[in-house]
Amino acid sequence: MKVSADRIADLAARHGEKPGALLPLLHAIQDEMGHIPPSAAGIIAKALNLSSAEVRGVISFYHHFRTEPSSSPRVEICCAESCQSMGSEALLAHARKTCEVHPVYCLGLCAVSPAMMVDGKPHARVTPEKFDSVMKKAAS
Amino acid sequence: MSVPIYVPVDSAALALGADEVASAIAGEAQKRGIAIRLVRNGSRGMFWLEPLVEVETQQGRIAYGPVGPGDVKGLFDAGFESGGSHDLSLGPTEEIPYLKKQERLTFARVGIIDPLSLEDYLACAGYQGLRRAVSLSPAGIVQEITESGLRGRGGAAFPTGIKWNTVLQAEADRKYVVCNADEGDSGTFADRMLMEGDPYSLIEGMTIAALAVGATQGYIYVRSEYPHAVATLNRAISIAKDAGYLGSDILGSGKSFELEVRKAAGAYVCGEETAMLESIEGKRGIVRAKPPLPALYGLFGKPTAINNVISLATVPVIMARGAEFYRHYGMGRSRGTLPFQLAGNIKRGGLVEKAFGVTLREMLYDFGGGTASGLPVRAVQVGGPLGSYLPDSQWDVAMDYEEYSAIFAVLGHGGIVVHDETADLARLARYAMDFCAIESCGKCTPCRIGSVRGVEVMDRIIAGERNQIGLLRELCDTMLYGSMCAMGGMTPYPVLSALNHFPEDFGVAGERHA
Ligand SMILES: Cc1cc2nc3c(=O)[nH]c(=O)nc-3n(C[C@H](O)[C@H](O)[C@H](O)COP(=O)(O)O)c2cc1C
Ligand code: SF4
Ligand code: FES
Repeated sequence: MKVSADRIADLAARHGEKPGALLPLLHAIQDEMGHIPPSAAGIIAKALNLSSAEVRGVISFYHHFRTEPSSSPRVEICCAESCQSMGSEALLAHARKTCEVHPVYCLGLCAVSPAMMVDGKPHARVTPEKFDSVMKKAAS
Repeated sequence: MSVPIYVPVDSAALALGADEVASAIAGEAQKRGIAIRLVRNGSRGMFWLEPLVEVETQQGRIAYGPVGPGDVKGLFDAGFESGGSHDLSLGPTEEIPYLKKQERLTFARVGIIDPLSLEDYLACAGYQGLRRAVSLSPAGIVQEITESGLRGRGGAAFPTGIKWNTVLQAEADRKYVVCNADEGDSGTFADRMLMEGDPYSLIEGMTIAALAVGATQGYIYVRSEYPHAVATLNRAISIAKDAGYLGSDILGSGKSFELEVRKAAGAYVCGEETAMLESIEGKRGIVRAKPPLPALYGLFGKPTAINNVISLATVPVIMARGAEFYRHYGMGRSRGTLPFQLAGNIKRGGLVEKAFGVTLREMLYDFGGGTASGLPVRAVQVGGPLGSYLPDSQWDVAMDYEEYSAIFAVLGHGGIVVHDETADLARLARYAMDFCAIESCGKCTPCRIGSVRGVEVMDRIIAGERNQIGLLRELCDTMLYGSMCAMGGMTPYPVLSALNHFPEDFGVAGERHA
């Protein structure tokens, strides 16, 4: 806990100089720690001269930021229109039988729908069979 | 001499296994003692053929695709490194009809060059626009862009030259150029392809914009769903800076311009320009009231030129070849070309850059080849999640901003999402309301409350309560006319177009509206 508090303070010092430093800082923390620990808001607030409530308000506004560790691997399935037209609903139902899935809205892979990301790696034209084989590889 | 072999690094190609293909090619070439030079290019935008491998031959580039890692051995057996014929042969890339029929101005280099090679960029007319711009006055650059007829490609189609002129005329100690690369619309990927495939064109366009309006700092706000675009842009910016195309004293002009990438955080509404500014400032992405215009009171309260990726990446070709060259393409008040994106249930999905005036039917059939499922096309959503669903009877309307507006539709960012006859338009209308409820910034009631009510009403309609249709129309009216921005203000486009053109899905067959 102490370690991460020091590390957050470090990152805050590194990014604090930028105009509009809050988002880059939150990204840096989440990229490194996998999520934004609850204790972070206070440390960030102090470093950037904001109130903790403001910092928490920003964290909760954005879908990308999370305050709890993510499932591993992190599976994000696109649920927007283009992927719907190619069966993303069935894919989602299939995937949810075996793992935690985070719905996202468009990955820019709409010409090769349905699409998903597994730990940041894009996959396209994902049939239930392809989903199973991607997950098998991710687990090994 | 080593043979250049191209395997795309575009995210969509990667999602179909391009990295595995690239390493299989490298491995096989080594095993056979064949000297190759592997180039990781952007995508040509023919995604049903990805991973599309190209080989440089005396007859030009020859294409093979879609290539899987398992095909590589056979390709070498067929002598593909010298253009040998194989089951996956597609012939000369430029002769593939899908590409040949396009008018690629903004996407002229995408898929052709190594995205990070400044040498490639310069060899393909790169930085000619900036060279011309530094020889002109700021007002001279603005005039050229105004005369080209370029209108914003992010959705609202506002004339770019007029916007720049407002920023140029504003007095301030500091001004900004901000590129909107939040590309949240389903069915769109042109910004992504351009940033991954030709990042210098965006950087050059922003630099020209900065010279035109008098800005010294720029930001590119890229959605977090695009990690590859972020990485490519960051590397390109540092290379451009080392070569003197960014930083202080650009091309000896005495002017300076710094550029930074800012990563968004997954909120659709942050694509709205004022919400985006709030986000860059480190706040929640809440839409600002207009006026004041961001052109006068924008980022950190300073005059700011905000443009979409495609608008900015089109600026270099306009400056290099002249306003007259560009405005020669298109029709009416829609000048130039639009990079359309064919997506969803389509056989040949991809990027199609065409002059305005092409029809949706040409897009769907001449380019797209019909649905991927093989079933008839039923409904096509044009212009993203806030765009209308178009039925067969509207597919011959020219794709032009004004013609589309006359049929209660929009071109938006050029996304085309195809649905086959299994689509349920009532469910898609419900989704549109739900998306608005999830993504609303919450600032105004018609959008925040209206969308939640909209989902409830749609649920009742889907459950068979036909008397709710009147209520749905009233709700749409309130959102259309009472919302502060297009999020709430345009959610009625998909909803009402679905209801008017596909009433049978709402249980009210025979009540067709215009
Ligand atoms: C809800 C909403 C989302 C938007 N998303 C985007 C976007 O992702 N990219 C974009 O360029 N413009 C988007 N826009 C339009 C911008 O507000 C703005 O008009 C545009 O960035 C201006 O650039 P342009 O004139 O070059 O098009 C959005 C607008 C709204 C209301
Ligand atoms: S219409 Fe919706 S997104 Fe736009 S300002 Fe109002 S609440 Fe915010
Ligand atoms: S809609 Fe799924 S990737 Fe765009």
